[in-house]
Parts: sequence; structure tokens; C-alpha cells
Amino acid sequence: MISGAEIMVKCLEAEGVSVVFGYPGAAICPFYDELLNSQIRHILVRQEQNSAHAASGYARASGKPGVCVATSGPGATNLITGIATAYMDSIPIIAITGQVRSDLLGRDVFQEADITGACEPFVKHSYLVNKTSDLPRVFKEAFHIASTGRPGPVLIDIPIDIQQKKIEEFVYPEKVDIIGYKPNTKCHPGQVKKAIELITSSSRPVIVAGGGVLSSGVKLKLVKFAEQTGIPVISTMMGIGVMPSDHELYLGMLGTYGKAAANRSLHQADLVIVCGARLGDRAVAAPDQMSENSKIIHIDIDPAEIGKNVKTTVPIVGDMKNIIDSLIEGTQDYHVSKLWSETLKGWKKELFRKPPVFEGYVEPRAFVGKLSSMLKSKAILVADVGQNQIWCANNFKIREGRFLTTGGMGTMGYSVPAAIGAKLARPTRDVVVVCGDGSFQMSLNELGTIAQNHINVKIIIMRNVRLGMVRELQDNLYGGRYSATFLDETLDFLKIAEAYGIDSAQANSNEEAEAIAEKMIKTDKPFILVCNVSPDTPSI
Amino acid sequence: MKYTLSILVENHAGVLSKISGLFSRRAFNIDSLAVGVTNDPNVSRITVVADGDEYVVEQLEKQLNKLIPVIKVKRHTNGDFISRELTLIKVHCPAAKRFEIMKIAELMQAKIVDVSTSTITVEFCNTTEVTKTLVDLLKPYGIRELVSTGTIALEKGASDVTK
Repeated sequence: MISGAEIMVKCLEAEGVSVVFGYPGAAICPFYDELLNSQIRHILVRQEQNSAHAASGYARASGKPGVCVATSGPGATNLITGIATAYMDSIPIIAITGQVRSDLLGRDVFQEADITGACEPFVKHSYLVNKTSDLPRVFKEAFHIASTGRPGPVLIDIPIDIQQKKIEEFVYPEKVDIIGYKPNTKCHPGQVKKAIELITSSSRPVIVAGGGVLSSGVKLKLVKFAEQTGIPVISTMMGIGVMPSDHELYLGMLGTYGKAAANRSLHQADLVIVCGARLGDRAVAAPDQMSENSKIIHIDIDPAEIGKNVKTTVPIVGDMKNIIDSLIEGTQDYHVSKLWSETLKGWKKELFRKPPVFEGYVEPRAFVGKLSSMLKSKAILVADVGQNQIWCANNFKIREGRFLTTGGMGTMGYSVPAAIGAKLARPTRDVVVVCGDGSFQMSLNELGTIAQNHINVKIIIMRNVRLGMVRELQDNLYGGRYSATFLDETLDFLKIAEAYGIDSAQANSNEEAEAIAEKMIKTDKPFILVCNVSPDTPSI
Repeated sequence: MKYTLSILVENHAGVLSKISGLFSRRAFNIDSLAVGVTNDPNVSRITVVADGDEYVVEQLEKQLNKLIPVIKVKRHTNGDFISRELTLIKVHCPAAKRFEIMKIAELMQAKIVDVSTSTITVEFCNTTEVTKTLVDLLKPYGIRELVSTGTIALEKGASDVTK
């Protein structure tokens, strides 16, 4: 005989899960008890939301679904923001929640919450398990759904009696067959042919690469395609890292907070090849104008994204990895015009602005740029949300590493827990957090997780004692009336670090910051670097 | 413009809430929704009449297709399907008017299903447009209550929802 809880653990083992992030409670205790008999490592976070962010960071760094666990009621509802973040950013995570006894469901008993109902808009799929014997199928399906097609979070809600009940035997299914879920990953050959015709007859094409290129695992091939044809590449925020930042064909991030050269090329292009991007409002503020000026090829694994934000000339539904080879092959004799290449190079130079220097402060953009050359080539940078995100997106020079941030949801407090997940997935890589003093305080409780588990992540706090991005908005749109955007100046981050037993230092100039960073990178312990930044430093 | 969609879904608890939740959160305007089990007990069929332009209905189809329990979504084009809705209309009806109202019902091929000293209840099964005609004819007598199912639709001829 085998209990539901034991089955849950065995399912995770069968899926090759080696680490889960979570927070226990009464309704998930049978699972936690069984976890003691397993090799699976459990990381106790300090609040459930962070277990979902950690699972997200883990998933993005490892390429496998991340797993987070919480109890019923408040534990489950705390997960929601983390699940919604993974949904908006298309990250595969499995969220497991305990639930009250199935015979008590709907009676508002202690710590009961309808979590499958509450999460409905934010999950790719969810299960409320009502039979122990369903568990193997549900887990198999959940991992399949989360990681195939357009990735996303799947929630499994399991009442405590289902975890306790024993059944005869455990058999993990080898295959899944979900009648309503057959993601189309093949790209239609006729459409691919049309796309190649459009590309080879265009004179000013540009590639817009999004997060889909990274989750498809084709970034090196995309670089090859760009190099062979000379087509310049711009990326969305989720697509940063598809190409080394200093590659001559890379024009930077597009959008409201993006690079001028990237935006200009998008508007001057006669053909835009959108790869795995949804072109949200922050990337393209006026999508109608875009399709007026140019033809658009849109490649996406999610058919609902095609035509949602921009009108498309040639839509292609499928996985980038099934089309990129055909694109490379079909465009062998094609190269963009010399004029277009030269124009872009010119823009890249002329539209580069040197950041102003504020005496007595760290200039964050210059420092982030410098930091990238100090880290190992495969370093993972995790940026939070706010001005720090834009400083990193535009100035961190990616080589072979990753840039993790929440570009879709924009959840403050994402960076520290996501970095914990990323470090556990990639223990040999440098994992560095850049956050603001506002976003840091949204998840500073996770210093407890970092200290307890000796997780070697470096945290750089850009301290301007403001909620910088909102303040900037108030400057630009609300006549400089600062409403609720000042933080407390007396807060001493170094003392907080000390309380958690984490080494720290602060810097008031770029020289100081660089000197501390140099030492920080060499240690194999977590470290907090507080950079005092002028409140007047703009986002771009 | 009005669109009629047929949606085949897995016949599980919670599926209808997934579908109706999608309509509200994506701000799709729905005129009617009807659901019932099909000849396969594992499959339910939902008929939706929605209002919107080509962009809206295309998004609606695509977003519905993304839901895991949705097996098939088909948009019906004008003239290739039969649609019906069932309506019960309780009309104010003193004895003096009874004959008149019965005549209207007869003319429209509606059925009288209940009668009292002051009311008469008419059952009608037809398209939305024809039902509106009957309701307009009965309005002058005073409609006490009206209840209607959502529209259901089926393809004409040999074609079916899976094609």
C-alpha cells in the first residue's frame, strides 16, 4: 500500500525534480513528512510568494519546470502573485498546494481557500485532485502542460485526505494523452516559404526577439541567422540575452524604456520578423503604426498571440526550433543592403548618450556596465522592477549568460527569491541581483533563506531612498508632486545584513563600488553591496 | 455583428466556470450561452452567441482553444446551421383575451402549456429573431414573466462540429 503523499514525492522524483521551494502548514503535512524519505532537497522560504519566484528563477536557469509548495488557505493565496508572475512571463512552474479535507470543501473551514478558482486567470491549467489514484496522471499531465507549448504555471491542489489515503500501487504513466491539449509546434512549410520570400525581397528588415527564443533554446542559431543575413536584432525585455549585448548586429531593447536605435530601426524597417514575442504595450506603444509602415512576420508557439497586438502579414504558429534551420537555409544568398547596415551603425553611435555624473553617488548605469565585464561570461544577472530593471536592461552586457527579470508582470521583490532559484539550478555560475531599495524591502526576509542555506548570491542594492520609477512618472506626468514615493533614509541595510550574518559594504562612488564588487565576486559567500544612487538619476 | 460558436469541452466539474471566466476577464460580450452533454457522456457542447468584430471573435476562438478542457471550437457561418432557443412566456390574460392570445399562439406555432384565470403561459421554440416577433405580438397584453434558454446550434446537412 502506498499513500497519496508518497505518490506525490515519487511523481516528483520520476520527473527528475531535485529541489523544491516551499513553506509547510497543516494541510500539506503528509507531503512534508514523506519528503523526509526522499533525496529531494527542500528550501524553506520565508513567505510563499517567494517560493513561486524561486521556482521561476530555477526554471529559467535550468530549463526545467520549477516546483513550489504551500499549504491551504493563506499559504496558497500568498502564492498567487508568484504564479501570476510566472504566467505573464511564460515560465514553467508547478505549484503544489495542500487543501482541507475533501468532505469539508466549501464549508469555509479553517485555512480553506478556493485556490483553483482564485488562480484561474493566472494558470495555464489547474487541478483539484479528488482521488488518490488520479495523482500519478495529474502530475504527469501537469509537468507536460507546464513545459510544452507556451510554457506556464500549473497548479495542483490536493486535499489532505487525498494525501493520506493509501492505494494498492504506484505506477507513473509513461505517456500523456490530453484530448484538448496538442500544441502545434511544427511550423507550416507553406508559411515558412512565404516568410523566406518576404525576407529575401526586403531591403530594411529587422528581427524582434522575445522570451520565446530563449525558452525554445535557439539563441545561437538566431545569431547565426542574423550574422548570415546581416539582419539587425532588437529584443524585448524578456528577450535580453538572445545575443551578446555588444554584438554589432544587436541594437538593444525596444520600447518605452529601450534604446533609441532599436526603436528607430523598428519604425524605419520595411519588414519586421517577430520571434517569440507578444509585443506588449511596453515594447510597442502604438502597434497600429508599426504595421502601417512595414510587413510583419510573426512566429509564435501560441496562436492567440498572433494578431493580438499587431497585424501580421505572414503568421507562423510553431516552435522557433522548428523554423530557424529553414530560415537559415532559405536565406543563404540574401544579405541586407549595405545602406541599411551603415544606417544602423550610425544610429547606434549617434544615439548613445553618456550618463551624467552625480558627485558623491554611484552612477548605476556605468556601474552595471562595468559589473558585466567583471563577472564570468556565463553569469546570471537578476534584475528587479523599477529603475534598476531599466538600468540593467540597457547597460548590462550579456555574453553567454542570462538576464532574468519579470518583463511581463513587473513584480517588485522578484529578484532575490528568483536568484535563489537560479543559483540552485546553476551552482557554478555567478548569480547577481540588482534591485532598488524599494524592491529589496519587498523580499528582504529571504536573506533568512540565503543565510540558512548558504546560498552564494550577491545582492546589489541601488539605494536612492525613493521609489524611483514612480517618482520619475510623477515628475513627468504629475507636475513633480511626489505622492508616497519617499522611503526612510534612516534604514541601515548594513545592519540588516549583519543581523542575518551576511557580509556587506556600501559605496558612494563608482570607484568604491567597483573595488567592493571585485572582492565580492571572489568570495564564495553571499554578499550585499549597497550603492548610494542619486535620486535624480533617470531611468534612461 | 453576431457570431455563433460551438465549443466541445470535457464534461468535468469546473469547466463551465473556466469558459465563463475567460469571457469576463478578456472583456468579450456574450449574448447567450447554452450548455448540455452530447451523445458522448464525456463531452459537453457549449453554444455561445457573441457580439463583436472579426478581431474580437478570432481572439475569442484562440483564447478558448488555449483552455486545456476545450476539445474543439467552431465558428458557424451564416446559413450553414440551424439554431433554436426555448422560451416560456407568461402573459397577463383575463378570460376575455384568452381567445385572442390563443390565436396569436396558433399563428406563430407556439404551444399553450399553462392557463389560469388571469394568465396564460406560452412555450415557444425557434430562432432568436422569430421569438422576438412573438414577444412583440404578446407585449400589448402585458408579459408577466419571460424565461429563455440560450441559443443552441447544429450544422446543416452531413457536416458536423469536428469539421
